[in-house]
Amino acid sequence: MAIEVRIPTILRTYTDGAKQVEGTGSTLGELLADLDRQHGGLRDRLVDDGGLRRFVNVYLNDEDVRFLAGLDTPVKDGDTVTVLPAVAGGATVI
Amino acid sequence: MLEIPQDLYDKIVAHARADHPDEACGVLAGPAGTDRPGRFIPMTNAARSPTFYEFDSTEQFGVWKEMDERDEEPVVIYHSHTATEAYPSRTDISYANEPGAHYVLVSTRDAAATEFRSYRIHENEVTEEPVTVVE
Repeated sequence: MAIEVRIPTILRTYTDGAKQVEGTGSTLGELLADLDRQHGGLRDRLVDDGGLRRFVNVYLNDEDVRFLAGLDTPVKDGDTVTVLPAVAGGATVI
Repeated sequence: MLEIPQDLYDKIVAHARADHPDEACGVLAGPAGTDRPGRFIPMTNAARSPTFYEFDSTEQFGVWKEMDERDEEPVVIYHSHTATEAYPSRTDISYANEPGAHYVLVSTRDAAATEFRSYRIHENEVTEEPVTVVE
């Protein structure tokens, strides 16, 4: 079972520069745990105590997983998961 | 240094003016590795706020996928401040996650004059750079 995961530029330090890696799992949560075993520290950039980090977008094929089931979203062989840091900012200080 | 064609400069300013008092945001895409902005992509500010902007996540996915297919990258990521100076805030710095991009800030706080400045933001450090408008 191989799921393709596309990694944004800023996280490629965890994957030795690779823009695409592979992982396994039946849910997004399991997939991220598998990726973290292969690329230590990557999961922490995507997930915190509350689940998926607020300003990181994760997509299953073409859909933002926030509109699916978040970390419980089922994934399967042949799927593509894409990670994109949110583009945000503004005069507000958060 | 940011070198930007006049028409793209004008489009960014027009976008910021049109969305004032909400912050406007968008991308200038260019061929990967060239640092040349060529394609104007205004984005929806999903926050629709006078003090915050965020790309709509689904729209962002479409734009990033299209850039990838065209072998482009985001050369410029721009947004406007509507009541403060055209300088990156702490929030802007925290969320600057495209290390290769020029971060353009426009201020529409003065109705008569638009401020347009560009920065590199890398590992939480801001460096302003000169902007050259070309034909």
